[in-house]
Amino acid sequence: MHLARVIGTVVATEKTPDLEGVRFLIIQPLTKDLDDRGRPVVAADGVAMAGPGELVYYVGSREAAQAMPEPFVPIDHAVVGIVDQLAVEPEAKGTRTRKRSSA
Amino acid sequence: MKVAKVAGTVVSTINAPVFDGYRLLLCDYVAPDGSPSGDYVIAVDVVDAGAGETVLILDEGTGARQIVGETVAPIRAVVVGIVDDVQHS
Repeated sequence: MHLARVIGTVVATEKTPDLEGVRFLIIQPLTKDLDDRGRPVVAADGVAMAGPGELVYYVGSREAAQAMPEPFVPIDHAVVGIVDQLAVEPEAKGTRTRKRSSA
Repeated sequence: MKVAKVAGTVVSTINAPVFDGYRLLLCDYVAPDGSPSGDYVIAVDVVDAGAGETVLILDEGTGARQIVGETVAPIRAVVVGIVDDVQHS
């Protein structure tokens, strides 16, 4: 799993029936220092509560579909948690704590 | 599996149910000599590893679900061991 920031949502009316009821988020993958890492991707919202601006973690590949109530769906990225607190200790920089952004 | 170093923890209350009761560790992948490789992963801790420790990461879904005893769960990366020593030539 990796960190990402939710930067938007995607609405699609016409879609494969398996994706009915699935919320789509645009997420920007991040490094552990919360810098952008690669290009944004569209991920299913596996916690059904993530919103724009929030720091989340996501899972990719086949495991993404298993975050959904119906696990056999065509999904390749899914948000599986909202980060409350990230405590990372970079070498020789001491402890740094980031609080969850308000939703 | 890959060798990594635990850099910190990720705390979340809203998450997929499979993560309930487990700690999530943010781990930096390292080269065999211990130098950081630049990539990281967030992995479920089943061995009680702590910050700064060198660990073994399994990043494969079926094996990960077997460890936590689930057949369907969005879990892939697991800290499966604490490394005592790495010798390489």
